[in-house]
Amino acid sequence: MKGSDVDLYEFQARDVFEHHGVPVLRARTATGPYAAGAIAEELDVGVVVVKAQVKTGGRGKAGGVKLARSPQEAVDRAREILGMDIKGHTVRRVMVAEGADIDQEYYFSLLVDRGERCYLALCSREGGVEIEQLAEERPEALYRKKIDPLVGLDEVAAREIVQAAGFDAADHDQLVDVLVLLGKVFHDEDATLVEVNPLVRTGSGRIIALDGKVTLDDNADFRHPEHEAYHEDTEGDPLEARAREKNLNYVKLDGSVGIIGNGAGLVMSTLDVVAYSGADLPGHPRPANFLDIGGGASAQVMADGLDIILSDEQVRSVFVNVFGGITACSEVARGIVQALKMLGDRATKPIVVRLDGNAVEQGRLILADANHPLVTVVDTMDDAARVAASLASASAAELAAAR
Amino acid sequence: MAIFLSYKSKVVVQGMTGAEGRKHTQRMIMSGTRVVGGVTPGKGGQFIRFEEDPVPVFDSVHEAVAETGADVSVVFVPAPYAKAAVMEAIDAKVPLVVCITEGIPVRDTAEFFSAARKSGATRIIGPNCPGLISPGRSNAGIIPANIAGRGRIGLVSKSGTLTYQMMYELAEFGFSTAVGVGGDPIIGTTHIDCLREFEADPETQAIMMIGEIGGDAEERAAEFIASNVTKPVVGYVAGFTAPEGRTMGHAGAIVSGSSGTAEAKKNALEAVGVRVGKTPSGAAALMADIMRSMPRD
Repeated sequence: MKGSDVDLYEFQARDVFEHHGVPVLRARTATGPYAAGAIAEELDVGVVVVKAQVKTGGRGKAGGVKLARSPQEAVDRAREILGMDIKGHTVRRVMVAEGADIDQEYYFSLLVDRGERCYLALCSREGGVEIEQLAEERPEALYRKKIDPLVGLDEVAAREIVQAAGFDAADHDQLVDVLVLLGKVFHDEDATLVEVNPLVRTGSGRIIALDGKVTLDDNADFRHPEHEAYHEDTEGDPLEARAREKNLNYVKLDGSVGIIGNGAGLVMSTLDVVAYSGADLPGHPRPANFLDIGGGASAQVMADGLDIILSDEQVRSVFVNVFGGITACSEVARGIVQALKMLGDRATKPIVVRLDGNAVEQGRLILADANHPLVTVVDTMDDAARVAASLASASAAELAAAR
Repeated sequence: MAIFLSYKSKVVVQGMTGAEGRKHTQRMIMSGTRVVGGVTPGKGGQFIRFEEDPVPVFDSVHEAVAETGADVSVVFVPAPYAKAAVMEAIDAKVPLVVCITEGIPVRDTAEFFSAARKSGATRIIGPNCPGLISPGRSNAGIIPANIAGRGRIGLVSKSGTLTYQMMYELAEFGFSTAVGVGGDPIIGTTHIDCLREFEADPETQAIMMIGEIGGDAEERAAEFIASNVTKPVVGYVAGFTAPEGRTMGHAGAIVSGSSGTAEAKKNALEAVGVRVGKTPSGAAALMADIMRSMPRD
């Protein structure tokens, strides 16, 4: 089941780098100001940096990265940063790292190139800036090299990159070592992105990964049981967490029409069709979620899905859109009936069902037999979307009138 | 004619003895596919009985190819072992490998795709795809054979269920070949590969192309269409309402920043004269108009 690839926090990326021998700064994390002070004391260096740990860019500009020259200052800075809101992310943790004497800032990343169907290494002597901006304004400053997935980022490729990117010859060997290690992180951890921005050269000539971003492929979780902890540590929606427990492919959105379908493409399409229908209606109802029950789904899966959607308070109507290829419509229908029985009085929202394909007659018959007052069967996808959106619109209007 | 798959295709099924493999081998045989063998390491010498003849199981793809002359392999092997299975088929120089398995790490796909590219002897379709069907002739994968029959529309899609939906809507016209290329970030056969084949295929009169958010396959396909495709193409793109940064079911279906949006894909396709439907039914109606205006033979 495809959940979502995981972006690591900076401190997690730092730990992963360190584990693979990539040179990083000493650092630890704290969730309270005094703990941050204690880390500063323990690091025992002139200057420490207190950095907000949030999964978004622009922390520096938002005031989420500050220097501290004593443990007391670290306590004060951490107090300022903790609880801060950065682009909608609340800071709950800071990383306290030893300060670096930065001479130069560089950029390096390794990622999956979908178009070319290989890996791509990007490297620039001009780091610390928005890389998209650099790529657009001065593409010549960004060296790109395709990496053969069967070979990986080996020493030969790394040397070509550091030479072509125009680094000082004196730093080549050290840079090659670091790039090869980052390639190892990418491969060994099943990452789809390893980015170091900036990669710095210190005054004393050391190359250090100062800030890193790592995205892990969750399809590879079977060979990385330790990655499960990263999923648990994400700031997720409670309904998404519940869906994940049930092994359901669910994404919470902010509309009022709950959506259940089979197959990622058909569900995406269902969201679109509902949004089009809703655009012309009062209140402009939009899809409340993405939920793909997959191929060959059983009645139980259907019931689990319906249960989660009906417990979303924003939902005013539900649209079940299934084309039975492998999935039998009869199973889907049984799932709906079973879920409604299970939910009893808690089921109060209208459910619009469109079934086609495998075992569609049995499916429609099961729903007709159950004759549940909340269920409406509509023949086509577009018509069903209109009905579901209208029901959500009318229900929202009624609610507003009652208030 | 059709593309990639004909009535002559001899299919082996890797992972035929597993539950999924067995179920779908049965369906493939029922829809007329020549399934000549299965491959499961350690189970060589067994026979699995389907409708008529028992189908032999081999220990390796090499052996299966040597014994049967198979030229297509359909892979149902679970994700952790799928890379090894596909590598084996590449090594045995099977010309067409259809990888149905979903949930394969992108690193594994990147590696086996690189191996296939280097070998020059193997085309991979998928992974995480429903496979392909040339109705009435052969069916390599899990596309239900009873939705639509043989006809003159070529279909290429990232999505399984949208393929089924579209075949259902256009059943009165039928299909030369319908190919589900899969929804993963790296896939072995792209929209462009299929467009090229459909353009060259005399049986195909018009092409339905179904895309979705993520990557730039549709934009690349649009560029290709502009200078290489003369047959009418109708498009559909799913995911206009998908929020940025969230994976929508398919591993590859994600809008990152401003790239991979449905809007950009639709615009790129329309700019080169592809008629893009707003809904699957809308796209089907556009295609139906085209097919009705085509000479029938």
